[in-house]
Amino acid sequence: MKHTAKSLSVVAVVAVAVIGVPIVGLFVRVPWTRMGELWSNDTASQALLITLQTSIIATTLCIVLGVPLAWAMSNMSPRVRTFTRAIVTVPVVLPPVVGGIALLSALGRKGVFGGLLSSVGISLPFTQTAVVLSQLFVAMPFLVLAVEGQFRTMDRGVIDAARVMGFGPLRTFTHVVLPMTKASIIAGAILAWARAVGEFGASITFAGSLKGKTQTLPMAVYELLERDWELAMGLSVVMILFAVAVIFGLRSQLLNSGTA
Amino acid sequence: MSLLIDGRIQRGECSFELREEIFPGEVVAVVGPNGSGKSTLLSVVSGLLRLADGSMSLDGRCLDSSVDDVYVQPEDRNIGMMFQSLHLVSQITAIDNVALALRARGSSRHDARLVAQQHLDAVGAAHLAQRKSSELSGGEAQRIALARAIATRPAVLLLDEPLSAIDAESKDPLRFVLGSVLNAYSGITLLVTHDLGDVESLASRSIRLGS
Repeated sequence: MKHTAKSLSVVAVVAVAVIGVPIVGLFVRVPWTRMGELWSNDTASQALLITLQTSIIATTLCIVLGVPLAWAMSNMSPRVRTFTRAIVTVPVVLPPVVGGIALLSALGRKGVFGGLLSSVGISLPFTQTAVVLSQLFVAMPFLVLAVEGQFRTMDRGVIDAARVMGFGPLRTFTHVVLPMTKASIIAGAILAWARAVGEFGASITFAGSLKGKTQTLPMAVYELLERDWELAMGLSVVMILFAVAVIFGLRSQLLNSGTA
Repeated sequence: MSLLIDGRIQRGECSFELREEIFPGEVVAVVGPNGSGKSTLLSVVSGLLRLADGSMSLDGRCLDSSVDDVYVQPEDRNIGMMFQSLHLVSQITAIDNVALALRARGSSRHDARLVAQQHLDAVGAAHLAQRKSSELSGGEAQRIALARAIATRPAVLLLDEPLSAIDAESKDPLRFVLGSVLNAYSGITLLVTHDLGDVESLASRSIRLGS
C-alpha cells in the first residue's frame, strides 16, 4: 500500500514537471532587462491592443449569445440536449485551424454565406470582424458548457416560485435565474475570454496575421520568433502572467459560487 | 367572492375529483396520506399545473377551464405560495427575497424593501434581513418564505407543509407566528399539513384527500 502511494507520488511529480518545466525554462531564459522594449515595440503593442479589442467584443458576444443558448439547452429534452451539446462542443475538440477553414468555407468570399455577403459589399475574411468571429467560434463553447451545467443543477423550484410571485418567463430569467447563476456566468466568461486571447489557428486561417489589423498576441509571438527570439519570449511571459491572473480570477468566482 | 374548484386533479397516478368553494377569511387545511394529491392541489390553484378536467374560478374570474380552454398563467393569478422546499433565492439576502415578490408585482426596489422589512418584522425575522438565505437555519428560512408568500397581500395564500422540516423546539414559536399572520390576513388560505395540531390550532375547516 505504502509502495503504491510512493509510486503514484512519483508519477504526480512527473506530471507536474511536464507542465512546469517548460514554463520555468521560459522564465529562466527570458531577458527581463528587455521587457520594457515590448511597450515600444510596434508589433507587440499593436497586437496587444488588437487582442484586447477583439477578445472583449468576442467575450461580450459569447455572453449575449451563449447564456440564452445555455438556458435553452437546460430546458431541452435529454435527447435534444445531447445532440445540441455535441454540436456546441465541436470547436473544443476540433483543431483550431480546421475551425478557421470551416469559417472560411462558410463566410469566405466564395463561401456558402460569404457569397451572399459579398453581393451586398461585405467581405469578412482578413478583417478584425473575422478575428472576432474566430474567437467567438472557439470560445463560446467554454461559456455555454459551464453555464448550462449550472442552469441544470440550480434549484429549479425557484423558477416555479418566481412564476407564482408574478414574474413572467422572461422576467423570471432576468430577475431570478441570472442573479442565481451570476458567479458561473462570470467564470464562464473569464474562461471564454482566456480562450479568445489565446486563439491562434482559426484566426490566422480566417483573418490572417496582418500587422496592425488582424495580428493578435499569439500571432505576434509567432512572428517575433523569426526576428527577435528574446522579445518573443518576453511576450510569451506576458501571456503566461495573463493566464495566471485568469486562474486566480476563476478561483475567486468559483469560491463565490460555492463550487470550489 | 370565493375560490371555486370543480374538476378533476391529476398528476401521474394520483387523480381525484374535487368540488369545493372556499371563502375569504377561511383557513382550509388540506389533509391526507402521502401521495393523496395535497401538493398537487396547490399546484393547480397556483397555476403551475392545469386541471385535468373541469374549471376553477376566483372571485368570479375563470382561472382554468377545460371546457372554455381558459388558462390563466401563474404570474397573473395574485396568489402567494410557501413551498414545502421553500425555494428561496440562496444568493441574495432575506430582505431581497421578500422584496422580490413585491418587485414582481411592480413595486420599485426602494418601496419593495420598505414593505419587505415590515413583513420581516411581522414574522419575527427583522434581525435576519441582511443575512443571505443560504446562511439561514431551517426555521429562519421558513419565516422568510412565509413573509415572501404574504408580502403582496395575495387573494389566495397557499401553504405547503409550512411547519415541516424544523425541530420540535422551533415549531411552536413558528406556529404562533403563522397563527398571527393568518389572523391578520383576510384572504383565502389553503394549508397542506400532516400535523393534526396544525389543523386544530390554525384551520377553520379541513378537506381530506385520498379517503
